[in-house]
Amino acid sequence: MALFWQNVANGLTVGSLYALVAIGYTMVYGILRLINFAHGDIFMMAMYFAFFAISIFYIPWYIAIILVLVATMLLGMLIEKTAYAPIRNAPRISLLISSIGVSYLLENLATVLFTGVPRQFPSIGSLQNSLVIGGVTIQQLAIYTPVVMLILVALLLTLINKTKTGMAMRAVSKDFETAKLMGVNINRTISSTFAIGSMLAAVGAIMWGQKYPQIQPYIGVMPGLKCFIAAVIGGIGNIKGAVVGGLLLGMLEIMIVYAQPGLSGYKDAFAFVALILVLLIRPTGLFGEKVTDKV
Amino acid sequence: MSVLKTEGATMRFGGVTAVDNLNIHIENNEIVAIIGPNGAGKTTAFNMITGVYKPTSGQVLYQKPNSGNAAMENITGKRPDLIAGLGIARTFQNIRLFKEQSVLDNVLIANHVRLKNGFFSAMLHWPFYYKSEREMRERSMVLLESVGLADHANELATSLPYGLQRRLEIARALATQPQLLLLDEPAAGMNPKETEDLTQFVAQIRDDFQLTVLLIEHHMQIVMDISDRIYVLDYGKTIAHGSPAEIQGNPDVITAYLGVEEE
Amino acid sequence: MEKNKTRFRGIASGLTKNKRRNLLLSMIAIIALTVFLHFTEQGATVGSYEVRVLNLCAVYAVLALSMNLINGFTGQFSLGTAGFMAIGAYTTSLLIMPVSVKAKVFYLEPIVPWLENVHWEGNFGLFGALLVAGLITAVAAFIIGFPVLRLKGDYLAIATLGFSEIIRIVFTNTQSVTNGSTGIKSIPNTANIWWTFGVMAFFVVFMLRLMKTSYGRAFKCIRDDEVAAESMGISLFKHKMLSFVISGFMAGVGGGLMASVLGAITPLLFRFILAYDILLIVVLGGMGSITGSIVGAFLITTAKEWLRWLDAGFNIGPIKVPQIAGLRMVVFSALLMLVILFYRRGLFGNKEFSWDGMFRLIKNAPKRVAAWFKPKPKGGGAK
Repeated sequence: MALFWQNVANGLTVGSLYALVAIGYTMVYGILRLINFAHGDIFMMAMYFAFFAISIFYIPWYIAIILVLVATMLLGMLIEKTAYAPIRNAPRISLLISSIGVSYLLENLATVLFTGVPRQFPSIGSLQNSLVIGGVTIQQLAIYTPVVMLILVALLLTLINKTKTGMAMRAVSKDFETAKLMGVNINRTISSTFAIGSMLAAVGAIMWGQKYPQIQPYIGVMPGLKCFIAAVIGGIGNIKGAVVGGLLLGMLEIMIVYAQPGLSGYKDAFAFVALILVLLIRPTGLFGEKVTDKV
Repeated sequence: MSVLKTEGATMRFGGVTAVDNLNIHIENNEIVAIIGPNGAGKTTAFNMITGVYKPTSGQVLYQKPNSGNAAMENITGKRPDLIAGLGIARTFQNIRLFKEQSVLDNVLIANHVRLKNGFFSAMLHWPFYYKSEREMRERSMVLLESVGLADHANELATSLPYGLQRRLEIARALATQPQLLLLDEPAAGMNPKETEDLTQFVAQIRDDFQLTVLLIEHHMQIVMDISDRIYVLDYGKTIAHGSPAEIQGNPDVITAYLGVEEE
Repeated sequence: MEKNKTRFRGIASGLTKNKRRNLLLSMIAIIALTVFLHFTEQGATVGSYEVRVLNLCAVYAVLALSMNLINGFTGQFSLGTAGFMAIGAYTTSLLIMPVSVKAKVFYLEPIVPWLENVHWEGNFGLFGALLVAGLITAVAAFIIGFPVLRLKGDYLAIATLGFSEIIRIVFTNTQSVTNGSTGIKSIPNTANIWWTFGVMAFFVVFMLRLMKTSYGRAFKCIRDDEVAAESMGISLFKHKMLSFVISGFMAGVGGGLMASVLGAITPLLFRFILAYDILLIVVLGGMGSITGSIVGAFLITTAKEWLRWLDAGFNIGPIKVPQIAGLRMVVFSALLMLVILFYRRGLFGNKEFSWDGMFRLIKNAPKRVAAWFKPKPKGGGAK
């Protein structure tokens, strides 16, 4: 039974991490209708930023985290400005190709800058220490991650529902052209979307590093794809959906392997199977709205 | 003999009823017009007939050509390509040509639905394939000639002037060898001269190709000139039906178009 | 008007005055290429390293054609190529490997009995293996196509990518068939330059023919406007499936050739990064251009090799750049980003090479160069 609860805690941790990164996908998709293939690589870069700040420059972790968040945010905004903004009016497929190009560039860049040799992610505070609750031993991370995730989501929802920037985001995601006519500053709104998405990815990256403390240039690819899948499961464009999708997917992965250890080799395939099932049964995801093409 | 009949065809999107209980019938070789203010549900009616939308309730019935006195076939919610195969062709309100292709290719592709040779015979270039390809090209050129586009055969479809693009879209629809042709605002954005040409053109193709025509139009001049009968839609409901003369004098129609004066 | 009429007559009768000249030029080009391949095969023109690069160029050209068919010509954004290649590569390898080599390669866990004693030898063996690889991949594409081809745009992209990854993960786990993550090595290098260029030539002719048939036109119409295509009686599903299956067949054959050229494969080779590589070739060459895919494949594959000097360290005047592993890939991906951002239609757009087009280009070249140096007229000329 203890093993069961350990796995639940584990699933919750992984699920919360997926949720944090999935929000970035869902926000960008909501506004640009773009699968930002580079999002996973932004996540990877955030891990390297944290590694350098803490392990190489010995900056205390509480300051380092802020620096990492800012650096990742700037990176996200830079990518949007250079790779997406110039072709915003091009066919959507060009945007998708551009994001694949950025992903490819970031991975190659990371290989040159940080070499392909895996690095050890520094441990932060007592997150990696264990904790015993009612006879079940879990990492402290298992408590902190969902809490941090929920706080950030609550903040984000407040931002989106209560502030002017949030209103602009909602307007742009509903109708790009009309929002523009109504005087919404499109460029700034898109920039802030990327900034927020990237920052959440950075938080996810730091926590991820506590759970799986090994970094290499391709580390972002698999989590990136899975988080996108989580966003699709929840209903792309919907933030609550991304959170639920992330938690579901994390739980699913951990619990299937717990129930059927023989399937552990196929762990990475579950997400894709789930994706294909969702797309076939309910393409709009759990919380998505149905869109009818106009003829 | 009725070519097309809708029985209580209704289309709802969420809470909005775009078309409510549509009952129209079109006789062979007729030109019938559907008119009505913007948002009256005219294009939605077309989309239900051509299978782009599946009606929420009601039926669409169709009499295949040369089927004698057989019962009408229920084509409600069939796939658009199958409906095209049965002999119903259409044009679009906002022209939808194949942009990256030549005028000739736009018409050629409409022959695909009548193609008899299979994929392998086409790839192996069997004699039968050559024959059918040559016939297709000849037929398409004749068609382009008849609509006055032969000189433009090798130009990019989107490089044509607006009026000719509309004409090409009609030619493309004709190339599927339809019995029933649906025209969605063919005169939209045309000047009076072009509109007049189009009026003659539609009447002429009806006679030349033995067609039945259903048309949506805002230009009253065209509608009154060439329609045998007119249906008037407003907010999805059919508010009037009759000959052009009857419609012109119908008070409901005048109200729908001009609005009621405030008391 | 008069000019148009004469042109129309010329096209209708299928004869242009340059046709004989073009035929002659094409024949000369084909003979020259054949002679070059002959001497290359004999080892008389370039070294074995260059031959290997040429082989890879041709293989990538086949793969680019495969992806271009579904993405560029049919407009269905599929990223499943890497998975399809894996199926083709493993099928081919397992069929053409000698029995004794199999025993050595599968040392962790013996190979399944029904594959143990299979050995298709020599050129006939490779031909059969590639054919079977293509067919199995086509069947896989057919099965995958049923669910995924109902999706559109980026959803289709992510679903095909998903299937591609599933294939790779399955191959990593089926130890007794694929030798798991260790992969397969000592695959016979039966695919020499005649094979790679031969297969490429076959598929080029195949694609040119396909695009001339009514089916090819239907693909392009689906790309341009699905709603209009369907209203013209084109079954979307049937034609998307046809394109997807043919594309799968080509990817399978391409993967098989690649296995024989490389001599060793592992599941990691078929990560979706490989699909990106091919996608970038297609984009650079031009979505919807057969010529573009060929030129793109040769350009990118050779450029990737040629840029190796970047990794080795070099001098820019007095500045000495040290040896940096991976620098060429950064430069390479940055170049590709520039193409994507500023040269979106690629080298050829959706046009094809023709002798007439080339002569026009040469004839107009002086004018175009002169135009660069002239100040631009204000307001632009009439169209």
